[in-house]
Amino acid sequence: MMKVTRTIKYDADRVKGFGREIMRVPGCEELESCIQCGTCSGVCPLSIYMDHTPRQVMALTRGDFKNEVLSSQTIWLCASCYACTVECPRGIRITDIMYELKQRAIHEHIYPSHLPIPVLAREFSEMVKRHGRITELLLVIKLFLKTKPFAAVGNWRLGIDLLKTGRLSMATEKIQNRNELGRMLEAVDEKKGAEA
Amino acid sequence: MKYCYFPGCSLKGLGRAYEESLLPVMAHLGIQLEELADWNCCGATAYMAVDEAKACVLAARNLALAEKHGGQLLAPCAACYLVLNKTKHYFHDYPEMKRKIDHALSAVGLKYAGDTPVRHPLDILLNDVGLDAIRQKVRRPLAGLKVAPYYGCQIVRPYATFDDQYNPTTMDRLLEALGASVIRYPLKTKCCGGSLTGTVHEAGIRMVYILLNEARKRGAHCLATVCPLCQFNLDAYHAQVTRRYGNVVVPTVYFSQLMGLAFGLPEADLAFKRAAVPFSWRPPPARAPQASVAASK
Repeated sequence: MMKVTRTIKYDADRVKGFGREIMRVPGCEELESCIQCGTCSGVCPLSIYMDHTPRQVMALTRGDFKNEVLSSQTIWLCASCYACTVECPRGIRITDIMYELKQRAIHEHIYPSHLPIPVLAREFSEMVKRHGRITELLLVIKLFLKTKPFAAVGNWRLGIDLLKTGRLSMATEKIQNRNELGRMLEAVDEKKGAEA
Repeated sequence: MKYCYFPGCSLKGLGRAYEESLLPVMAHLGIQLEELADWNCCGATAYMAVDEAKACVLAARNLALAEKHGGQLLAPCAACYLVLNKTKHYFHDYPEMKRKIDHALSAVGLKYAGDTPVRHPLDILLNDVGLDAIRQKVRRPLAGLKVAPYYGCQIVRPYATFDDQYNPTTMDRLLEALGASVIRYPLKTKCCGGSLTGTVHEAGIRMVYILLNEARKRGAHCLATVCPLCQFNLDAYHAQVTRRYGNVVVPTVYFSQLMGLAFGLPEADLAFKRAAVPFSWRPPPARAPQASVAASK
C-alpha cells in the first residue's frame, strides 16, 4: 500500500480564534496585514532547513492552524537574527511572532521531541531563576545530559580548546539579591493570575 | 566620561577576552567604567522563548538598577544590548507590558522611569570619544592587516540605534582609524547561527562555514567581531567546520583586541591567548622619537 498524506489543510483542522489570539499579543498585531510575499522566507538563513517556511508559518498562524504551527520545527530553528523583521514590507515583527509561538509550544508541551532547543530554553530560564546569572559550562552539561548524552563525547576537542584557553569556569555565577529576583518573577505570575 | 558597565554572563565566561581587552582600552582612552552592582542575566534569546513578560522584567531590573545609579548603561554583548533596548521599547510602546514591569519592580522597591540610555561600545567610541581622539592614541598602526568587519545581527537588528541597519560602518571606520585595511565583506550582518551550533549542529556549522569561507576568499587576515557568541562560534567550531568542509580557518578577534594592539598596550593584557585559532599577526614596532634617534646612531 502506498502511504499518502494530505498536503493541504481543511477547515476542520483549524483551532478557531488562534490567529486572533496571537494578533492581540504586543508586537504581533501586524500579522493581519501579511501579503504573503515571501520576503521573510527569502532572507531567512535557516529557511532551507524548515518544514514550513516563515511565510507559511505566518499564513498558518493567521489561518488558525494552531497544531501545525506549534509542532513545526520552524519556530525552533529561528535563531532570532531579525532579518525577516527588518525586511518585511508590511512591518510584521516576524521574530517576535516566532517567540510568541515558542512560548505557547513550551507552555502546552508540544514540540518535536528530538529538538534540544526547547530544553535549552527551559534550562536557561531555570538557571536564571535560581542563580540570577548563567554559568555557560553548567548549562551545556545540563543540555547534553537531558538530550543527547553521547554527543558530548564527540565534542571533546571543543572542550579541550575551551579549557586550554581558560574560557570555562566551574564556579557557579550568582547574584546577591536572589530573593529579590524571585519575588519579581513571582509578581509577574500574580499579575497574570489576577488578569485571567 | 563615565559609564555604568553591564558585562552580562558571556563576558565573564566564554567571552571573557572581550572584557579583558575592552577594559584596558577604555581606561587608556580615559573612560571610566563602573560595573553595575549585582546585575543579573539579561535573559538573552532563550528566556524570550519561555516567557516574554518575565524576560522583560529581568532586563528591567538591570535598567532600574542603572537608573538608580545614575548614568548611561554600556552593554558590549550584542544579546544584552538588544534585550535591554527591546525591553525599553516595550516599556514605552505597550502599556500592558509597562504595567507588568512596574508591578514586578515595585514588589522589591525598585523603579524604572524608562530613561536610561543603553549604549554599545562602538557607539561610545565613535560618537562620544570620536575618531580623532582615537587616532591620536595609535602608536602601532595596523598597517597591512586585512580585516573583515563582522557585526552579526543583534546590534543593528531590529533596532538600528547608532548605525545603518543594512550596511553598518562604525566598526569599519574605527578599524581604518587604527590603520587597518578593511575589506569589503557583504556578510557583515549575516547571522552566525547563535546557539544552533550546539543544538542543530548541521545547520549551525554550515552558517559558520559560510562566514569563514567568505572571509578567507576575500583574503582577510582575521575577522573582527563585536559579539561574544559570534566570536565563540567562528573560533571554537573551526575544527569541526574544517573536518566537514575543508580548511577555512581564519582567526576571529574582538575589535577591542585590535584597538589595544594599535594603542601599543602590552599584548599579554589583551587576551589573545583565549582564542582557539591563534592570531599571530603583529604590527611593526612603534616608531617612538627615541627609537629613531637610536636607529640613526
